[in-house]
Amino acid sequence: MTGAPVLALRAVSKRFGAVQALTDVDLDVHAGEVVALVGDNGAGKSTLVKTIAGVHPIDEGTITWEGRPVRIGRPQDAQALGIATVYQDLALCDNLDVVANLFLGRELRRRGTLDEVAMERRAKELLDTLSIRIPSVRIPIAALSGGQRQVVAIARALVGDPRIVILDEPTAALGVEQTAQVLDLVERLRQRGLGVILISHNMADVRAVADTVAVLRLGRNNGAFPVAGTTSEEIISAITGATDNAVTRRQARIAEEAK
Amino acid sequence: MSTSQTTPAADTPAPAADPRLLVRQGGVAGYADEFRRKIRSGELGALPVVLGLILIAIIFQSVTGHFLQADNLTNITKWIAGYGLISVGVVFVLLLGEIDLSLGSVAGACAAVTSVLAVRQGLNEWLAILLALLTAGAMGALHGFFFARIGVPAFVVTLAGMLAWSGLQDYVLGKLGTVNNINDGVVAHLDNYFLGDGDILFAWLLAVLAVAGYGAAQVLTARRRTAAGLPARAVGEIALRTGALAVVALVSAWTLNQDSGLPLPLVVLVGVVALTDFVLRRTSYGRQIFAVGGGIEAARRAGINVARVRISVFMISAMLAGLGGLFIASQQGSADKLLGSGNVLMSAIAAAVIGGTSLFGGRGSTWSALLGMLVIQSITTGLDMVHAAQAIQYMITGAVLLGAVVLDSVSRRTQKSAGRG
Repeated sequence: MTGAPVLALRAVSKRFGAVQALTDVDLDVHAGEVVALVGDNGAGKSTLVKTIAGVHPIDEGTITWEGRPVRIGRPQDAQALGIATVYQDLALCDNLDVVANLFLGRELRRRGTLDEVAMERRAKELLDTLSIRIPSVRIPIAALSGGQRQVVAIARALVGDPRIVILDEPTAALGVEQTAQVLDLVERLRQRGLGVILISHNMADVRAVADTVAVLRLGRNNGAFPVAGTTSEEIISAITGATDNAVTRRQARIAEEAK
Repeated sequence: MSTSQTTPAADTPAPAADPRLLVRQGGVAGYADEFRRKIRSGELGALPVVLGLILIAIIFQSVTGHFLQADNLTNITKWIAGYGLISVGVVFVLLLGEIDLSLGSVAGACAAVTSVLAVRQGLNEWLAILLALLTAGAMGALHGFFFARIGVPAFVVTLAGMLAWSGLQDYVLGKLGTVNNINDGVVAHLDNYFLGDGDILFAWLLAVLAVAGYGAAQVLTARRRTAAGLPARAVGEIALRTGALAVVALVSAWTLNQDSGLPLPLVVLVGVVALTDFVLRRTSYGRQIFAVGGGIEAARRAGINVARVRISVFMISAMLAGLGGLFIASQQGSADKLLGSGNVLMSAIAAAVIGGTSLFGGRGSTWSALLGMLVIQSITTGLDMVHAAQAIQYMITGAVLLGAVVLDSVSRRTQKSAGRG
């Protein structure tokens, strides 16, 4: 990636009581870059994302947005900057249709009443540019499949024209084809010049769409790799954090036996 | 990329070629298709209750021979006003997925406060009504506060309210327990006033205005949608819908004019239903109510102040119940200790559910209060006409309610399982 990052974290730390959740974490996200955030359970992925999204303000360190230092104390601060977050539990209203969900909380109005025409047109434009296929923008979310809900949730994050989109395990509960659809969508976000932070446990997904892999381990940076030219094994050893662990021992043993 | 090979179809733009897309084909077949899809996925709307009403009318007309006479229908429209207004309040609370058990007591207390202020304290009657409605609103705010801010289940808060406000009603009315309405007063006129003192012009005028307004709104919407490149209702469909409304409105006007003209209670009820329906479907506030009813977490994440929506909804429903209490007082000629007790609340809840508002929250319309109350009152009146015992009336109304709830549960289940793709 060239140019200055849109979002840059430097030496970010976060404590919850006696627990040091994040220690001196750095993270860079450029426009048009997909950064995969990986790490074992409890490595601090969710905490890091929540500090960026404004759910948990940071204790120490700096957050720089387009070159100037900013403070993200509340979710609204993050939204105002242009950071949109899609959480794992989607948070869509089952009873409302796709258009209503996309614009929930920021309805377009005309003479004080809802402007359904404008909202439906913009919803269609948005879904078309993302090549999202759903049966109709006027059916309730309850009638959509899991993958369709996921893409609607992502589209919903784009209504406010963000610069950075955070996706928290977007493919965790999806089947093969639906996963592919979501990954396609992630690539389209990159093509539109958005920065994407993708949390995932699935190494195949990470290798498929990410440009950079940032590894967290025990609340600290444990390497940032360009996906091209890095093997899954290298990433996994960074995640597990040791050259001497169950995975490497097994590989060494297999190599031994092969000789 | 490796993934794009797995889904080549998604990369080639081919509008409307995907068989999973729901695009209505033109012509009658298209409507039939869409209708079948809606039935399958549990979006029944007002269809069952309208069919039920027609069935009830046919049965009682053929049994009694005078069920559809003008005076009888006029009486039905007058009787449903009080209960119907309470039921509109019930719809608001049901949309949140909650229940309000206090609305009967609130109606009784509001009627009691009005009559005591106006009759015993000699206050101006309009002022008394205003103060009583504000009192009802305060009661609702109290329920909403304990529910939304403290976290007590609405069921329990409003159960406490039901007891407390019926106690207040008793206390305010004092030893005598009954306060008669002022002769020719505002409350007395709520029930027996006919617009323009029975001038047939009003019923016709309102019917024509309603139809014209509906048709114009439909045409304008269709034009805007077409201009924006969105699928719009065809001219034929608009004509059909407007025509159907015209038939209902004009036949109603003609029937009412056969008797005494346009009754005020009907105008108030239909007006309140239309207004609240507009608020629910066409404003951000209404959208927030549906959102809270559909998913609290989603609503909160969207920046909706959930507590404020909940408290305001309990206030609205309590004020509507209070207004309903005034119409009941007007009808029975007095405010007494029993007003709002007994099956008032149960009828109001039953009407909302029979009309198609879901008990599970997030689905429904205030029109269901009107339609459901029409069903209940038609059954009651019809059975009265054939001199059936009240026991029979309760059993039949109970069966209808059970049927409506079963329909609600089944349609909710099919809607859940109709997930596609």
